[in-house]
Amino acid sequence: MPQKVISGNQAQSYAALLADVQVISAYPITPQTTIVEKLADFVASGELKAQFIKVESEHSALQVCVSASALGARTYTATSSQGLLLMHELMHWASGLRAPIVMGVVNRAVAPPWNIGADHTDTIAQRDTGWVQFYAESNQEVLDTVLQAFRLAEDPAVRLPVMVNEDAFYLSHTYEPVDIPEHAQVERFLPARDARAVLIPGKAMRVGSFTGPDHYVEFRYELAKATAAVLPTLRNVEEDYERITGRSHGGPIATYRAEGADAVLLTMGTASTTARRVVDELRAEGKKVGLAKLRLFRPFPVAECRAVARSVGRLGVVDRSYTFGTGGPAAEEVRAALYDAPDRPSVTSFLAGVGGRDITPKMVRRMFRTLLEGPPTETVWQDLEVETEVTVHG
Amino acid sequence: MAKLTIPAEEWMYPGHAACPGCGAALSMRLLLKGLGPRTIASIPACCWTVIATPYPTTALGVNVMDNPIEATGASISGLRAAADALGMKDVTVVGFAGDGGTVDIGLQALSGMLERRTDAIYVMYDNEAYMNTGVQRSGATPEGAWTTTTPVFKQTHGKTEPKKDIMAIVLAHMPAYAATLNPSFPEDFVGKVEKAKTIHGARFFHVYAPCPPGWRYSSEQTIHMGRLATDSGVFPLYEVEDGRYRITRNVARLRPVEEYLKAQGRFDALDAAEVATIQERVQAGWERLKERARAAAPPAPTPPPMAVAAP
Repeated sequence: MPQKVISGNQAQSYAALLADVQVISAYPITPQTTIVEKLADFVASGELKAQFIKVESEHSALQVCVSASALGARTYTATSSQGLLLMHELMHWASGLRAPIVMGVVNRAVAPPWNIGADHTDTIAQRDTGWVQFYAESNQEVLDTVLQAFRLAEDPAVRLPVMVNEDAFYLSHTYEPVDIPEHAQVERFLPARDARAVLIPGKAMRVGSFTGPDHYVEFRYELAKATAAVLPTLRNVEEDYERITGRSHGGPIATYRAEGADAVLLTMGTASTTARRVVDELRAEGKKVGLAKLRLFRPFPVAECRAVARSVGRLGVVDRSYTFGTGGPAAEEVRAALYDAPDRPSVTSFLAGVGGRDITPKMVRRMFRTLLEGPPTETVWQDLEVETEVTVHG
Repeated sequence: MAKLTIPAEEWMYPGHAACPGCGAALSMRLLLKGLGPRTIASIPACCWTVIATPYPTTALGVNVMDNPIEATGASISGLRAAADALGMKDVTVVGFAGDGGTVDIGLQALSGMLERRTDAIYVMYDNEAYMNTGVQRSGATPEGAWTTTTPVFKQTHGKTEPKKDIMAIVLAHMPAYAATLNPSFPEDFVGKVEKAKTIHGARFFHVYAPCPPGWRYSSEQTIHMGRLATDSGVFPLYEVEDGRYRITRNVARLRPVEEYLKAQGRFDALDAAEVATIQERVQAGWERLKERARAAAPPAPTPPPMAVAAP
């Protein structure tokens, strides 16, 4: 298995290459652009036999993928921030038409003001579109998750679009050694796309159509069933991937020294790496702390969340975006998941790393200190320049 | 005995949901006669979303995919890309969009599709307003037409701006083929579609699609309306291949535009001066088209096959 020193964006490109994608469509946006530049090289050099449609907008990029997917092609696109927001209408079309598109998203802040730093507002704003959402911690995880995403998306029980998210610059433009599987290995893991449920030229068929309330509800219910199939299917996908490559990233929530801990932080994306180091430091100082890395945000892994929370004293959730009117989106999900759990810890919401601000070890230490010493709180904005605001429950 | 040039096969079935006299329904029927069963059509939100009938039925004997209103150009790009990637060589990819979905909200995706030389046919059926939502003005609504958003009052006589010239916009992209179609002239219609099917690259049709409820005329008058439109010069029939113009229905002497305007309730409020202005514009457009066709004509005078004199 060759190892290459590549960026997170190149990890996306290599995964799409290994997956033998047949149709790619994209529009440039920072910091996504290098993903599709690399893919353009693969296609132009003949290394990847794919149609690359260089469209005039992200809206069109996703429409190209939706339509190509309806005819049975394996499709890939990538975007960031404003581009993802422009795709929003097509996000619903992709899931509604059960198009197994895989999309790489480089998480970037949303304007105004313009900011190209890491921030999860762009993908969180798509959480109700019916897409599966993964957040990756490392370039290796990006590559592995994109390959897993194709298998998951195309599984007959699922047939849903999947996005694989990586933090702007921390992954997108940072180079790390990445093990790149052999093409033959990937072929064993990811066979050619199942040609069922696609248009067959020459036949009277319609995908999309329109309905009144008489059928619409059933379409929504089918979508809900497909979403419910994601977690059990993902287990098989990860087992197969581990069998072939020897690597696992630990399911929808990967824990680290969390069992029986007094305080556990739940993180998404690259914040996990920093938090893991701080966990080791604090453990060395005798503090019982741990980490839970949320890999899968949609569908939200409710059972896994409860399993993590069961043995934990207090839980803190680190969000890289803010849902106005409620707070940290992952914190809200965790609270909702735990509401009916018999042994639930208190949940504190931390807002950190918004707009590309670094989540430092010092900041993580402070979050653990808040968890271990302070009262349960609603939302704590980390490192706020204006004022340090702490809203207390009740 | 007259030779029948229009294929007898039907790819649009009875039981569709169009209004009586719908020009868009006639246009789809003729289009599919020309394109045949291995057609993959993408249809945005428009009258045809409904005409094709709701799930689980379909009025069309071909593949149909629905797409959002502004994305037809992108959708046919994706279908073409997949057909090429999957080795489907004998399929025709066609977008079938209304005027609002083309000249207004869909213009960007159309422009992208044309600029990329996408091997597909884009059809704009032009009923000159947002008819599916109940007759609101679009960029393709002609000057002086009543719509629900260009109402007629003492001081206002319908839409104040002229119709957007979609053919000029399309031709600026140098497509492989572009032509106007009118279901009142079915031989010309199907002949051009069959020709376009054999051409590779980006192709465009501007289709005249009369709308009885939106234009306020009686539904049995649709074919008559189409004949008036072409023979008055309001909607000339021509094609442009590699930049060369050819008029496919030469009209020796145009009928007065007033006949066309008077036949439809939507132009009721126009006064004589306004009619005269429209007549001038139509005449100028016709002269311009004839000039372009002359410039493009080959040295030897070969009369176009469809040349007829106005009745």
